[in-house]
Amino acid sequence: MPKLPPPDPRLALLRGSVPPKRHNARTIAALTTNPGCVRRAVLDTAGIDKDALARHLEFPAPFGQSSFAITRGNAFEAQLKADGCAELLTLLRETLELDLTEVAYADLESVGDNTSEDVRNTYSEQQLAHGGENTLFDHPLLRLIVAGQSVYLEPDLVAFQHQGRFHVVEIKSFAVIDGQADPSKVAAAAIQSAVYVHALRQLLGRPEAVADEVVLVCPKDFSNRPVATKVDVRKQLLVLDHQLKRMDDVDTLLSALPAGLSLGLAPGPDGTPTRPVGELTAALGEMSARYSPDCLSHCELGFFCRDEATGCTDALGTAVREQLGGVDTVAEALQLAQGTWAGDEYQAEVAAVLRTTARVFSETA
Amino acid sequence: MSAIAAYARALAVVEGVAQPITTVAHVHVAARPLVLVPLALAGEANAPLAAMVGTDPASPRLLIVPQPRDRQLRFAFAASLADVVLSYLDEFPVALAGEEPVAADAPQLWVPNRGGLAFLRLFGRSTRFRRTTGEYPVAPGVPVLGRWLTWFAERSEYPGASALLAATEVLGAHWATGQSALEDANLAALLGWIDPPAGSSAREAAREAEDPTVWPPAGPSTDPSFDNEVLAPAIAAYAEAPERSTARLERALRGQTFPTWELTWRAIELMRTLTPGGSVAVRWAADCRQYAGFHRWMAEDGLPQARRDGAVAAARRLLRLEWAQQEYTVSRSFDDPRVMADFRVTGEAFRGTVTEVDAERRVENENGNLVKRPLVVVRTEDPVHLAVGTAVGSPSRPKQSGRVLETDAGLVTVEIAKGLREALPRVGDDVTYSSVLSSGGRGPNLPPVEDTPWTHGGPPEPYVPTDEDAGETWE
Repeated sequence: MPKLPPPDPRLALLRGSVPPKRHNARTIAALTTNPGCVRRAVLDTAGIDKDALARHLEFPAPFGQSSFAITRGNAFEAQLKADGCAELLTLLRETLELDLTEVAYADLESVGDNTSEDVRNTYSEQQLAHGGENTLFDHPLLRLIVAGQSVYLEPDLVAFQHQGRFHVVEIKSFAVIDGQADPSKVAAAAIQSAVYVHALRQLLGRPEAVADEVVLVCPKDFSNRPVATKVDVRKQLLVLDHQLKRMDDVDTLLSALPAGLSLGLAPGPDGTPTRPVGELTAALGEMSARYSPDCLSHCELGFFCRDEATGCTDALGTAVREQLGGVDTVAEALQLAQGTWAGDEYQAEVAAVLRTTARVFSETA
Repeated sequence: MSAIAAYARALAVVEGVAQPITTVAHVHVAARPLVLVPLALAGEANAPLAAMVGTDPASPRLLIVPQPRDRQLRFAFAASLADVVLSYLDEFPVALAGEEPVAADAPQLWVPNRGGLAFLRLFGRSTRFRRTTGEYPVAPGVPVLGRWLTWFAERSEYPGASALLAATEVLGAHWATGQSALEDANLAALLGWIDPPAGSSAREAAREAEDPTVWPPAGPSTDPSFDNEVLAPAIAAYAEAPERSTARLERALRGQTFPTWELTWRAIELMRTLTPGGSVAVRWAADCRQYAGFHRWMAEDGLPQARRDGAVAAARRLLRLEWAQQEYTVSRSFDDPRVMADFRVTGEAFRGTVTEVDAERRVENENGNLVKRPLVVVRTEDPVHLAVGTAVGSPSRPKQSGRVLETDAGLVTVEIAKGLREALPRVGDDVTYSSVLSSGGRGPNLPPVEDTPWTHGGPPEPYVPTDEDAGETWE
């Protein structure tokens, strides 16, 4: 991996006096969900703790995780990886018809007693780059450059090398029932795996060394028995690549912002934020958000942006916005519909449809 | 999202309350529905945790699984739920009229949301193959419940069927709120917009509904903080001392289900305030027919539904679903001018005043005979996008139909060809003509199963449940 240039000082200023928030595969995967949002791109590039920010703004994000779900996930993974991944291997052999006779297992979790991230990462890199054929690598520590910063990723993943290519195995605890799984969960798993594929490719420096297809392992039906499915993540890789490149271009993102802008929470001696909420709101107003109702389910700042978008057609969802002719605010749409505002010339057609809609709606009251 | 629904959402934002997007009810609301509020344990594949169930809003019954990972307790829960559901089904007897099974009325299940529908479908899937004998015997009601729940879940996919309804879906089809469809999935928020509590605005009510400490989620997923802070310790206490700790668990789970129970009944009450549309009774009669048919199947043979449809069954099902969707769309628009309004916006229908009627017009048909083909000319403000020759029908004269002969500067000439026994509209009448019409009949025409062509694999082997299905692990 190349040595990194020092980070842009404006990022530290934006963040305030705290170290950048660490990314993980989940947060990197989340970057791809609303790539058009400048606000989010800036916050993520600067490594701002969006959760703390949202809480201080009194719009906390309700992204808790149930201990039951965590326990179940861990138990399923432990079961598959027990005895040097015995169950996982059986599954890979049977389901994917892989000719794996002699298999080595390398746990990269710790290097002697040294578990510092740098050491572990270097060790992982060495092992992955020079490891033998038919080897399962558990707990590799991967490194990815996100917005000019090094991000360590610790996948719950096994990467195995077969016929000279690496395959990423992602273990998830949602069930595949009669061959079908919750599509939103599969989509989330696919994009998360794509992050690992991307990181592994960067590490090896050879894109062709890592397969486009990842292996998703889930519990089958209502049991704890695993089932493996191949998932093609080429599309996810494209999206991810696009967004990561965009974040690398820190300068373009930051040059549009006023000099000296900060989103620091100014924590007091006990760590409680002291920054006035009004100031922060104004600062956030400098970077435009692209709110859509989906944000509520994946961005920590979603509830703040929703409040800000009150009265905008975006807040009602993309489909409604389109039906309302793509105008920005509800008030404008209604003025067009009720004929109190003619709109601009290019809106003539939209206005006609809205006027008809308003007329037939009130006729049928 | 239709134009009318989008406009109504915009209006709701400004008016501060949800706007009706229909003038009548398009679902049947039973006199005595069974409401079911299920909860599942997080992280598991549809492991039941609790269900509040009953037909009387004042006396819900709470069933719980004190240790959701315990197979025996799950099946005990399934057996109790079977008692409740199957004795409810007994209220709807099926008789034979000749060869045909008939039911005067059918059962109706309500769940709070789409998640509730999915829960019932999977719960049906996990119980319908079980056997009452052999290695893992279950109570006799369990596989029967599984097959019925599967029937209800499949029926709920049919557009216009009312055997199993989700409150959020039903309300959302009748009102437009000032929030997004995604937020409408929260039953408390949706009801906050439709019927805000006194002294609170709709927006405030909807915001409050998002606080899980005020309004617990409507399930089947539970609030993670509830899981970690209340449920986990209560389950742990049950493991220590089952007798002493059951009440504590019940209290906790009652607190999580009862608010949703009340909301679901409020949704039902709200739907009862609407007059049923003209074709609701016809569709409910189809539900009754289907119910009677499945009831007889259960009485005679009662094999569980296959894990997955075969090619033939899938093709049939898909065709029937498409047909039902089309019929439902048409009958809703014929029953309800506000639904028809959507087609008027898109130019597929128009409404206006009759300016001219030529009742005696005759034209030569293909055989050279003179036949009566009256003309009706309508003046309309609507943007008509109908090609000459397009078939049209009118909600006020459903048996009469014709085709568009000419459209010119707000005047549309319709040639009436069918249903001439019904009186023609008169000059000055307010009429609506729509090009979105029923395809007629009682469903798509398909060859009998035994004549399935080779393109679909020939006649399918009938599905026979296996021992493996019956003994499937449920961990």
